[in-house]
This record gives sequence, C-alpha cells and structure tokens, in this order.
Amino acid sequence: MTEKPHVSVKDLHVNARTDSGRMVEIIKGVSFDVAPGEMVALIGESGSGKTTIALSLMGHTRTGCHIASGDIRVGDNAVTSMTSRQLAAFRGTGVAYVPQSAAAAFNPSKRIIDQVIEITVIHHLMSRSKAETKAVELFRALGLPNPETIGKRYPHQVSGGQLQRLSAAMALIGDPELVIFDEPTTALDVTTQIEVLRAFKSVMAKKGISGVYVSHDLAVVAQVANRIVVLRGGEVQEEGDVDQILNEPAHDYTKDLLNAFKPATHVAQGQREADAEPLLEVHELYAGYGPTKDGEPVAKVLKDVSFKLERGRNLGVIGESGSGKSTLARAVAGILKPYRGYALFNGKELGAGIKDRTKEQLQKNQIVFQLADTALNPAHSIESILARPLAFYHGLRGAKKERRVIELLDMVRLPANIRHRLPEELSGGQKQRINLARALAAEPELILCDEITSALDTVVAAAILDLLKELQRELSLSYMFISHDLSTVEAICDDVLVMLQGEVVEALPASEMSQKAQHPYSKLLISSIPKLDTGWLDRVDADPVFAAQMADR
Amino acid sequence: MKSDMSIASSSPAPRSKGYSFNIVGRIGLGIILFWLAVAILGPWISPHPPGEIVDWDYFGPMTSKFWLGTDYLGRDMFSRILLGARYTVGISLAAVTIACTIGVILGMIAAVIGGWFDMILSRLLDAINGIPSLLFGLVVVAAVGSSIPVLILTLAANYMPGSYRFARALAVNVNTMDFVTVARARGENTPYLIIREIFPNILGPVLADLGLRFVFIVLVLSGLSFLGLGVQPPNADWGALVRENIGALSFGAPAVIFPSIAIASLTISVNMFIDNLPTKIRDRSE
Repeated sequence: MTEKPHVSVKDLHVNARTDSGRMVEIIKGVSFDVAPGEMVALIGESGSGKTTIALSLMGHTRTGCHIASGDIRVGDNAVTSMTSRQLAAFRGTGVAYVPQSAAAAFNPSKRIIDQVIEITVIHHLMSRSKAETKAVELFRALGLPNPETIGKRYPHQVSGGQLQRLSAAMALIGDPELVIFDEPTTALDVTTQIEVLRAFKSVMAKKGISGVYVSHDLAVVAQVANRIVVLRGGEVQEEGDVDQILNEPAHDYTKDLLNAFKPATHVAQGQREADAEPLLEVHELYAGYGPTKDGEPVAKVLKDVSFKLERGRNLGVIGESGSGKSTLARAVAGILKPYRGYALFNGKELGAGIKDRTKEQLQKNQIVFQLADTALNPAHSIESILARPLAFYHGLRGAKKERRVIELLDMVRLPANIRHRLPEELSGGQKQRINLARALAAEPELILCDEITSALDTVVAAAILDLLKELQRELSLSYMFISHDLSTVEAICDDVLVMLQGEVVEALPASEMSQKAQHPYSKLLISSIPKLDTGWLDRVDADPVFAAQMADR
Repeated sequence: MKSDMSIASSSPAPRSKGYSFNIVGRIGLGIILFWLAVAILGPWISPHPPGEIVDWDYFGPMTSKFWLGTDYLGRDMFSRILLGARYTVGISLAAVTIACTIGVILGMIAAVIGGWFDMILSRLLDAINGIPSLLFGLVVVAAVGSSIPVLILTLAANYMPGSYRFARALAVNVNTMDFVTVARARGENTPYLIIREIFPNILGPVLADLGLRFVFIVLVLSGLSFLGLGVQPPNADWGALVRENIGALSFGAPAVIFPSIAIASLTISVNMFIDNLPTKIRDRSE
C-alpha cells in the first residue's frame, strides 16, 4: 500500500480469565491495517475472535477480558495507551459502533432523534438544531422514509431494517474516523438486508470513512468490503482483496468456507410415482395462538395452508421471520392444535393435537428444532437422551439398547464414547447431530427440520446438510425443511413452498425456483439472496417499488 | 470425511466438575452434621436425664460438673440442649421435607398441566400464604392442642404454599424449553415430563429454597415454643429452653445464652452450606 494506513492493529493479544481462574488467549497476535476510506471485513466462525477484535478497536473489551499486548492506532490516536477518560472522549467522535441488534441498542422509552443526536450532546459538538438538521440529512442519505419526521417516533414504531439504518445514523453523526459494523444485517430478513446494505455502502462511500465490517457471511461481505481478513481461533488465516479471496483463496480454511457456499443442487431420491399415496397431505390448515374466541384463536397465524409431500421427497418451506413457517411445523407435529383443516399421514387422518394421535403416528413423524442447546436436556447424558425414544417406542432394554445408541451415534458420524458426556460438553454442530440422532432413534418416515442449520457456522451447517442427504439415501426418509435460507433449501429439497404472512403464496420445484417464480414476493425473495459476487448488490433487479414496500413494513 | 473429522476433534474437552465445595460450605456442613449427630445420639451421650434436678442451686454457672451451667430448676443445661436438638432438628426437618415435597410436586404439576388446574391451585395456596405463620401456628395449636405431629403438620402447611410458588415459577420456565416440547411430541405422559425432564433442571434452586425454609421453620418453631405452644415440659426444644430460662438474663447466667447460640449456629450453618453448594448441583447451566 502506498498510503499511510489510517487504522493499524499490530500484534494484538487479548486474554480472558475463565471462571476457574485460568487465563485463555483469545486473540493470538493479530495484525492488519485499514487505509483511509477503506472497508475491511473480519470474517470467521463463532468463537474466531472477530467481535473481540472489533471491540478492541474502541479500546473496549468484554467483562473478564483485557488487551494483553499489542498496538492499535486510529488516525493519530494510540488506542491501547489511552486512559479511560481519553477513551470516553475518543469514542463517538473517533470511532463509532453499529451493533448487531439495533432493537436492543435503542432505549425503548426515548424518541429516536434524542438517541441519534446523543453523541453531539455528550461531546458538545454542535447546537441541538444543527444536530437535528444533520441527523435528517443522514436519514435521507440512508434512504429512510419520511426523514423529517421519523426521528419523532419511538424505536418500536419503525421496522427492524429501519432501526438498523437509524443505528448507523447514530454512529455517523459524530463524524467518526472509523465505523465498526458488528454483524449489522445478521438479524434481518434477506429482503430487508438488501436495502440496509445499499444504504451503508452509499453513505460510507460518500463520506469516505474507514470501516471495519464484522460478519460470518461471505456473500454479504463481498458486497460491502474492499478487503477481507479471514480469522479462525483468534489468528489471521488469510488476508487479501475481496476478488482474490473469492476467486483464488490460498488458505485451506478459506476454501472450506467458500465450498460451504457453493449451491450443491439436490438430486431427487426415488422417482415420483403418479398413483402412489402421498406421505403427508395437508388440507386447508388454519392455526393460531392465544385465547380462543368463538372457536378461533385471537392471533391467527396460518391461513388456508394445503400441500402434499410424497414419500422419499423433501419439501422446503421458505419465508421471512413471522411468515408462519415454524407455526406450520408445530401444527404438523401436533404441538399446536390447528383450529380448522386436517392432515393425512399415509392416507390416515392425523389427530389435531398430540393426545389425539396414535403412538405409531407420533413415532413416524419426528421434529428437530433450531436451537440445539435448548433441545437437549442439560441434566441427562447423551446416552440417556438417545435411549429414551428407543425404550419408549421400541421397548429396547439393556445391552440391546446400548448397542442401538452406538449405532445411532455412528449414523450421525459421532464417536461412540461421546455417549457418556453431557450436552454442555459438546459443540454446537455435535449437539445438532445428537438432535438428529434422537429423531432417528424413533425410526421415523418424516422428519420436520425447523431451521436446523440456522444457528450453526457455515462449514458446520454444510456438513449437517451432507449428513441429512446421506441418511435419506440409507433410511428412505422424507424431510420437511423449514428455513429462511434459500441456498440450504435448494441444496436439499425437491419442492418449495413460499410463505408470506401465514399463507402459501407459491409452490415451486426447488431446482428451477428462480425461473418459475411468478408471485412478486417469491421473485423478490429469490433475488435478494446475496451472491458470492462483488457486483451483485448493484445489479439486483427486483421490482423496486415492491422491494421498498417489503423493506419498510 | 474430512469435515466430520474436524468436527469430532474440535469438540470441547469434557470438564471435570467434582462435588467439592469451598471452606465456608464445609464449615456449614460440619456444624449441620454435628447437630444431626447430637439429635440422633442425644439420649446416649447426655450425662443426665432431661427432667432430673441435679443441683440445688438454680441458674448455676459453668463448672466442670455442669459444663453449661444449670437452669431455673437446677437441671443440667448441657443435657437439656443435647436432648432439645432432637426436637428442634427433627421437627423442623420433618416439616420442611413435607412442605417442600408436596409444594414442589404440586408446583411442577401445575406448570405442566396449566389452565384451570394451575389457576385454582395457585389462588387457593395464595390465600393460605396470606395468613401470618406464627398466628396460624397459634390458632391451630390452641384449637387442637400441642403434640409433635400437630406441630409438624402445622409448620408444613404453613410453608408449603411458598415452596409451591417457587417451584412452579422455575418449572414454568423449564416447561417452555424445546427439550420438553420434544418429549411431549414423543407422546410422554405428565409424570415422565415432571420427573425426568423438569425436576433435574430445577433441583439446584429447590435445594437452596429448602435450606432457607428449614431456617424459617426452626425460627417459627422456636417462637412457638417460646410462647409455650411448642414442645411441652418436661421435654423442651431450644426455643422452650430460652423461654424457661429467660429470667437468667438479669443474672448473666449461661442457661439462656447457650440455647440461643444453638439456634443461631444451626440456622447460620444451614445458610452457609446452601450458599456454597457445589456448582454441579447449584447451577447446571454454567
């Protein structure tokens, strides 16, 4: 680089003290630079130290951690040698932070404008009227609707995507030299994410501010960053320009990350037989939550959902948060009683609730949840978790049961001795495998997968998807796969239902989703999935009016 | 498969968490075990029967013959405290066991079943909870007379609603966890859900609550005995010993001090023990 770097991190070490008093090195000698006006992305799986590094740029560490050694400079400020008083003056004007969850970062009881201009008040930067004018300018630059009046609202009165853009306005109002974005779009729906990314990108380019963008999502990073730093276990694996990382990755881990992204198109198992009875048939299902009134719940979620799932085939259900995907899975599993409509399983009617179903129906129809941590009882060993369905459905005992537990662990590619551990002693991916194994223990015909890969890192999630496919080949299973992530659905499903506000708007074959989509919402959803391509964001050609409507709901 | 290997090998090592706990907890446990041993072995180790008048002087000082002095009738305080332990520890332990067992079981059932059952039971027990404990004890003992079973049941009835509330609040939280939903979707019945899925996850806080409740019961029992409604003469629990010898206060005699110290040491040691339970029991989420 010819220019003097604007931000430089040299040989940063961050240590943490565990509850038992042991010192653990979280960041092991990380160095990188950020040139003026450049956006550098820190990418890596959970636990790779990306957020820790981002926070240390502000001279801040989470409780229990401290910067052990190293040198951080932002402009002319040596962050690592500042006193806490100097740091307080530096934060907000020198460096600013955009958090992952804007909803949690705003005070719900104060108006937005007061929170956005708070930095100018604390640092006595300008008069209030000047600050408000500047805030409105920023709102306009970030593409927010009604820039003059939106500040008068309270945080709960704007949408998640708008709130995320407002938190960027909050960060930018003090004219910082460096802005840190910490996974700012991870909690957003893809259709909303586009607008937010566009707003971030244009504002940062216009103002020429340096940025650090923390994310686990390569495709998002490809849109906004100039350079990428790949992290793992607190060490830099690879550093390079976006194009170089995406096209000629040098390090094995970067290659793994990229491979996990490649859409592996799914090949249908078993041929469609015209006269065969469908495994699951759902007819005009209505379901909702809350107290019932005239036989209908107050909060109605699912409206008139019908579909068929044939044996050996996989059905994907996609849609944004709040579209009723998980409610559909719960209604099919009987956890939530639908108030109208019915389902047929193998041609026989499924009872509405769990108590109305036969043991065999319950056994053939298993559900796996998104959060592997909460789905395993922390008080039981893996063995007793897996053994229970064996004893419950199949009456296995003693040595036979233990043999079957080992078999199940082998099926999900886990070593047999793991059965003596407690769930807390396993990693996230391992826990999700145990969840799968528990469902398999029942010997089901249908597994309802509710966002089972969403909480996992990309590489781990890809391995789980491979496992699902392999199991399907061996055990002739069918999956109903609920996800907000189109590429996972594409990788495993034959057919896809697109849901919007509790209704199925379209049913599509998974292999030709983008060609055959008719409904404007499915088109928007499909085109909103970030691609591993640096120019994608500028080229997206969704219907702009509809897209804006969806983003600002 | 390469990726599988990396997943299997990158798993966090199993943490070895023993049942060891810190020095304060050990001291607490030591004192509890001491009083428990005294309660069990009392009749064999006490030098005199509790009712025997051994000294013609009353409120005697600490001597080599009477280690803790004598009481208002000239009875040996050391023997009386050793034998009083049986009543104080025994009645309190029985009452707290009954209260917590019933309270926790009902609380978990209410959390799992919910609906009308939960509503009616909760309101009913709230109503019982509204009666002041000492007053409740006074009324019952005045009505049916004092005997050890009456004392145990009165104290248990008094402290059961609180235990129910506490267990229900914890169980409601656990009940919404996915692993309970999975078990329910498997078709498991209510007893299984309660015993296997919920109970192990509320055990730590419930034990802490049990300890606190034990302390309250010891204090109320001592209070009732102090008012003359507890254990009847010639037997006496520690509360009754304090009342009998309250006159010793003006003489500075040890007869009133030692039963008070006994009550204090038991209640404080239970608190010390409960606050320092091993992490493995106290907090499974860590």
